[in-house]
Amino acid sequence: MAEPVIATRDLSLVFTTRDGPVQALSNVNLDIAPGEFISLIGPSGCGKTTLLRVIADLERATGGSIAVNGRTPEQARLARDYGYVFQAPALLPWRTILGNVQLPLEIMGISREERAARAKAQLALVNLAGFERKFPWQLSGGMQQRASIARALAFEPKLLLMDEPFGALDEIVRDHLNEQLLKLWSATRKTVVFVTHSIPEAVFLSTRIVVMSPRPGRITDIVDCDLGPDRPLEIRETPEFLRIAQRVREGLRAGHSYDV
Amino acid sequence: MSRSILPVLTICAGLVLLWYGGAIWMNWQVVADTQARAGATPGLMEMVRLTLNHARPLLPAPHQILDELWRSTATLPVTSRRSLVHHAWVTLSAALLGFGMGTAFGVLLAVAVVHIRALERSLMPWIVASQAVPVLALAPIVIVALGAMGLEGLLPKAIIAAYLCFFPIAIGMVKGLRAPDATARDLMRTWSATQAQVFWKLRLPASLPFLFAGLKVAMAAAVVGAIVAELPAGAQAGLGARLLAGSYFGQTIQIWAALVAAAILSATLVGLLGAAERLVARRMGARA
Repeated sequence: MAEPVIATRDLSLVFTTRDGPVQALSNVNLDIAPGEFISLIGPSGCGKTTLLRVIADLERATGGSIAVNGRTPEQARLARDYGYVFQAPALLPWRTILGNVQLPLEIMGISREERAARAKAQLALVNLAGFERKFPWQLSGGMQQRASIARALAFEPKLLLMDEPFGALDEIVRDHLNEQLLKLWSATRKTVVFVTHSIPEAVFLSTRIVVMSPRPGRITDIVDCDLGPDRPLEIRETPEFLRIAQRVREGLRAGHSYDV
Repeated sequence: MSRSILPVLTICAGLVLLWYGGAIWMNWQVVADTQARAGATPGLMEMVRLTLNHARPLLPAPHQILDELWRSTATLPVTSRRSLVHHAWVTLSAALLGFGMGTAFGVLLAVAVVHIRALERSLMPWIVASQAVPVLALAPIVIVALGAMGLEGLLPKAIIAAYLCFFPIAIGMVKGLRAPDATARDLMRTWSATQAQVFWKLRLPASLPFLFAGLKVAMAAAVVGAIVAELPAGAQAGLGARLLAGSYFGQTIQIWAALVAAAILSATLVGLLGAAERLVARRMGARA
């Protein structure tokens, strides 16, 4: 196996709250290889978003170790190793779509001409060519989220961290964006870590699915999802797909059977 | 267009009528006393005419104020000591200088408060307390103190104006600089943006609508501040001086003309800021 992009050993995180400590992550062991599409799935409070934020150095672990490209998350963040997509598009309303996609490039001190060229290329990749001069409010929710994906890809990070990027969109738009994301992933061969609470979405997109459960947040199962690179939407009706979905569902159920 | 203007005109006409009614009612007694002393018994129409054209009425009629405004602006050279243009300019220059100083101070204060946590608790109570002191009480102290130090004329008045103006700007700006939500701040962090980049590319643009709201309040306050600052030292020029002179000599029409001039001045300045705001908003992609 190639050098893992992300490697965690007994990773733990305890939040100190007014009601006492909360174990958000407990003994998480996970290796992610280059080019994998990993979904983190689980109910609210299972730590899936927290794990993503620890990888991104938006939260600090309180125990165990984590390496991102062989470095600490902070070093990886400072080296701009990853692009992050939030659940909300979080486009700046006073910038055009092009201006929003250029923002990370501006911050990284890339020249004006190259910024425009790269941003336009990324917008074309998410099918938003022709919308460069629009302002965010002129775009639908799905288009805004595509723009935010283009923004995360603008500086061409090898690692893409996505926190329920399609969670706020309706199912038709979500299906469409899932297909596009899959195409984008096969075209760019990036490593993706994708947080979701939708089983079909996880099975449709992933090469491996990490099933998590709450109190304390932990990994209960890791499901291989070898449906191959070519996945039309209809694959969701095949027995193979349903078998994997069934196993994920069982993993989720086992994870918090004690509190039903 | 006409549909939106008609109600406005109707209300304006109603207010003018009310004003005329008020002028007749308030000046009636004075006119009646004068006529009685002269042994005259004017008819109703004659009484109304007299109440609306008294030289020193309790409440001047609108046409008297307009007449005085016209006489003291258009018919006199602007260099004349009795020209309202001259007096308005004296007040305007102090108000604008004070507005500039207050804006700079207010913005700097907001930037400091947002970036240095300790300042919020240590400084903000004093800022709020500063505005609880009535400016009418404070202005004479400042004018006299600065006068003793040899500072007279424009600067002391501008300082009073700035004192009134910085507050709405600082308060609005603090709120505006804090407007970006956690996701936007996280986003900047994922790109390892420096604090300066977060300020220029996120916080400052987000604060502009709040800044403009503060600027408009501050502009009107600056004019009030400049006028109030002209009262205590018995200034020779300025709208405040006109008000003061008018009240010494019972020239109510002159007082009202100065008041209306001050209102027109404020409204114009605030209107200009509103236009600038719309221009900026359009450039920043606001919905039409």
